[in-house]
Amino acid sequence: MAVSLTVNGRERMLDIDSDTPLLWVIRDELGLKGTKFGCGMGLCGACTVHLNGHPVRSCSTPVELADGGDVTTIEGLSQDGNLHPLQKAWVEHGVPQCGYCQSGQIMSAAHLLQHNDAPSHDDIVAALSGNLCRCGTYSRIIAAVESVVVDDAARPDRGEA
Amino acid sequence: MSQSDDTLLLANVSRRGLLKGLAGASALLLAARWDIGLANEQAQFGAGAMPGGWVDNPNVFIHIDANGLVTIVNNRAEMGQGIRTSLVMVAADELGADWDRVRAEQADGDQDKFGNQNTDGSRSMRHWYDPMRRAAAAARLMLEQAAANQWGVSVDQVRADIHKVVHPATGRELGFGQLAEAARELDVPGREGLVLKSDSELRFIGKESGLINGELKSTHPKAIDGEDIVTGKAIFGADVDLENTLYAVVARPPVYGATVKSVDDSEALKVRGVKKTVRIDGTGQPAAFNPLGGVAVVATNTWAAMEGRRALKIEWDNTPAGNNADYTSDTYRESLEKAAQSPGKVIRQSGDVEAALKEANKRVSATYYMPHMAQAPMEPPVAVVRVSGGKAEAWAPVQNPRATREGIAGLLEIDLENVTVHQTLLGGGFGRKSKPDFVIEAAQVAKAFEGQPIKLQWSREDDIQHAYFHAVSVDHLEAGLDGNGKATSWRHRTLSPSIASLFAPDPKHKAGFELGMGFNTMPFSIPAIRLENPPAPAHVRIGWFRSVYNLPHAWAIQSFAHEMAVAAGKDHRDYVLDLLGPGREVHNLTVGDGWNYGEDPEMYPIDVGRMRRVIERATEEAGWGKERAKGRGLGLAFHHSFVSYTAVVFDVEVDDGGQVTIHRADIAFDCGPQANPERIRSQMEGSCVMGIGIALQNEVTFQDGVAQQSNFDRYLLPRMPNAPKVVRVHLIDNPDDAMGGVGEPGLPPVAPALCNAIYAATGKRIRRLPVGDQLSA
Repeated sequence: MAVSLTVNGRERMLDIDSDTPLLWVIRDELGLKGTKFGCGMGLCGACTVHLNGHPVRSCSTPVELADGGDVTTIEGLSQDGNLHPLQKAWVEHGVPQCGYCQSGQIMSAAHLLQHNDAPSHDDIVAALSGNLCRCGTYSRIIAAVESVVVDDAARPDRGEA
Repeated sequence: MSQSDDTLLLANVSRRGLLKGLAGASALLLAARWDIGLANEQAQFGAGAMPGGWVDNPNVFIHIDANGLVTIVNNRAEMGQGIRTSLVMVAADELGADWDRVRAEQADGDQDKFGNQNTDGSRSMRHWYDPMRRAAAAARLMLEQAAANQWGVSVDQVRADIHKVVHPATGRELGFGQLAEAARELDVPGREGLVLKSDSELRFIGKESGLINGELKSTHPKAIDGEDIVTGKAIFGADVDLENTLYAVVARPPVYGATVKSVDDSEALKVRGVKKTVRIDGTGQPAAFNPLGGVAVVATNTWAAMEGRRALKIEWDNTPAGNNADYTSDTYRESLEKAAQSPGKVIRQSGDVEAALKEANKRVSATYYMPHMAQAPMEPPVAVVRVSGGKAEAWAPVQNPRATREGIAGLLEIDLENVTVHQTLLGGGFGRKSKPDFVIEAAQVAKAFEGQPIKLQWSREDDIQHAYFHAVSVDHLEAGLDGNGKATSWRHRTLSPSIASLFAPDPKHKAGFELGMGFNTMPFSIPAIRLENPPAPAHVRIGWFRSVYNLPHAWAIQSFAHEMAVAAGKDHRDYVLDLLGPGREVHNLTVGDGWNYGEDPEMYPIDVGRMRRVIERATEEAGWGKERAKGRGLGLAFHHSFVSYTAVVFDVEVDDGGQVTIHRADIAFDCGPQANPERIRSQMEGSCVMGIGIALQNEVTFQDGVAQQSNFDRYLLPRMPNAPKVVRVHLIDNPDDAMGGVGEPGLPPVAPALCNAIYAATGKRIRRLPVGDQLSA
């Protein structure tokens, strides 16, 4: 089928089988390699992207469900050339070990922060429990997310929300 | 293999004694820590004894361009342990490079040029710390010489500063970039002329940075790959993108050793994008690093290849698999438990255990079970291979590029020189990617597509069902206690299929290196000891899993020591300190271990004092001995492995429904000198989480030779809620001993510490892993 997607702000047209998972469209057809294949069943979260503002497991999202939609991948998380605050915090806190799952972790965390200015520890755990990390970086992920929340809360222009 | 020209200095004295006596004196440390082989003699231990040995030629590892950009070559596989940052940091520190003008370059697989590259055994830093410092010190001296030549002064009149060389007498200075070309032309100085920086001159090595037990300290130097990882730019195996690539997946025989009887690929070939199917042969048993055989489906994208595979109709022939096709986990466990009741091959013996057991005031006995586990790195095996004109080129996330080259060369019957292996980042390894079967498999397919790159992707199902499984194990222990609860005898029978079954007809007994992983090296001071190894056959591919046989040995020994303490009515910590006895150094040969992780027993004895110290530190930090609320308890375990020492204490709560909450983990770790404490901490934190999975969740079972779990719905891994709420890593300051491993030694004590904590919280003893739903029953 003919599919139209806006990926990281850029419109893409494809002729592709409708049941092809969005993950393989992103990786094999569009050449964006930051979104990872981990399980193919939506169980590990390594393939997490935002579709119309919602985090989805792209490995189990048929591309037809994304037709006409707006997709953000890790490559498009920050549009201004600077690191997203979460990306910066990830580096500062030395979160990644092998790094393979971290695109998905960051995309899940970014969605959480878009909808919750001041997530609690439990909110963070709940939002990220679908993302596996075999290296076991969970405590640093939590610390990195919390640092962004603290930094944000400390900003004078926030706080009335 | 590099040969040292320094032969006499250390030949007649204990290297370790010298090392201890000279701590801090860098020029001598250069020699003392050096892995010195006697002249014209292959080194017996350490880096020099590894295939390819070590290399410390600065021209191999360090390149500086005219703009001053320093490129440092990392020859080890990066799989999350942080070696690309840590080794590069070691060299940059010694060189005096500005970290912001340093980049890492990954070495291709070339053992002749780069020395040993087999990244396993927690060896990277302990084997490469010294050669990289020497390479950098030599490069620094060459830069100084180039500057002295240009200024017409002697080299001792100049000194290297950060990214420049200065002439203090005149204030003149030249940047590394300005000197690089001239320095490159100079002879490499001899090792005897090198002086390493003193500890006070170091900026990065041994310095704490980053996140330390919840507090963010300075983040300099930042991880080499950090920004690339968080922006999605880092290149893992599947991210290699070559023009004209075709994508392949393989249907493999479900039973180890089975073959394809017949295949109908007519439906598969109808799938849009599928180009071809390729039947590939396995090599039967033992499989070594060879592929399992099966049918490859090759397509224009990954998804089409997967869909094509789904449409294959294959009939398998289980005849060549023999009794592997009958392999069923429950039956096998029962057979090992039965075999554990009879004596086995004697591995170590002192005193008369049978007599001591008979005379004992009290006898304690238990049998422990650890199941098969799959390494399951987040990146499933994947490789890109192109075969063209009698040559092969591979891009792959492999721990052992040499074995990868050899495997491909053997398959294609071409010379090693005609095989190139480019190492990508590994999305986790944990031992799975020590085995290059998946790259050789890609070469098998690529052979049928001359000149065209083949990207062969394993699915998660492939990864879990065709792992090189961690050996299933049964450990049966019996101890006799006297009237005071003191141990008078210890008998331990260990049964596991051996990794050696991969390479030769199944030996059914553990190999020396497997026993040396915490079985015969058990450090307790007990009058009568008898260690036995009854046989256990292999029915699947058995392979290295992070920490390997230390896992079942530590799990059984540390659980049992706790059971003894309980039987004696003693505090667990006090009891194990008494079992260990006073601080002393145990030579590995005296406990029947001829391996010692390949290290010199003079430099690396089993040091009971260091063991005691990590136990004391972890328990103190955890608040050992304080009363806990009902349903809450502390658990301790410790272990010596990869020539390092770890103790773990968990603070655990178990609710009425059997739900385990881990409030806190205190980990004390002694690896001797710490090159990069920041990454040591992260390895301990990660080991803690992985060990929690081993304790609570990980299990692959077999029914009629077929793995019963295939994805993360039934092969469970720890998720964020399973992780400890608080993790505290306590690094023991011990710069005077020889450097130990880091990647693996954190893992073995985790599962027994957690199960001991569960006992403390509930009174329920876990003897079969994983815990699963045993607590809710």
